[in-house]
Amino acid sequence: MQTVTRAHLAETIYTQVGLSRNESADLLETVLERLSAALEAGESVKISGFGTFSVRQKGRRIGRNPKTGEEVPILPRRVLVFRPSHVLKARVNGTSTPLDDEE
Amino acid sequence: MTKSELIAELAATNPHLRGADVELIVATIFDQITGALARGERVELRGFGAFTVKRRNARTGRNPRTGEAVPVDEKAVPFFKAGKELRDRVNRGVRGARG
Repeated sequence: MQTVTRAHLAETIYTQVGLSRNESADLLETVLERLSAALEAGESVKISGFGTFSVRQKGRRIGRNPKTGEEVPILPRRVLVFRPSHVLKARVNGTSTPLDDEE
Repeated sequence: MTKSELIAELAATNPHLRGADVELIVATIFDQITGALARGERVELRGFGAFTVKRRNARTGRNPRTGEAVPVDEKAVPFFKAGKELRDRVNRGVRGARG
């Protein structure tokens, strides 16, 4: 399967916006860094038409080593969840105008 | 943070760019990710995370109000898995949590 990477995204910025390749790559990095910093601060990131990234707090629970059966505590932690917008869900399913029956 | 706040921050830190260009840059990034997923491709941004499409089989759902069985078609759902670096950053600073 084809994988899109930073290089592809930077190249598209370069062709669409007309900045230099270097600056296009830097700006992509800046965007990813801004998103990461907000999430690191525990903030949600809401990109309309795309989706919402949010940070969820998980409590302590008892896990088990599946190999040995031994009980191990899983400490409280924060995890990142992404909730796709209905627009993105529709695009992925090839339906451009979703029957907007959610939310 | 919202998309418009992201655009505003980017515009403030890059005063040499036109506002329209900043908007275009942000739109291009998310449009490209969306387009790739729509083509069934994956998007991998090391350190940040990977966007993929997962298949969900057809199943028989139930209308929770009436209890009636409703067929749910097979569908694709967008999925994001945070990269190691971002996962660690998000988890950082929580008392008792690792690294």
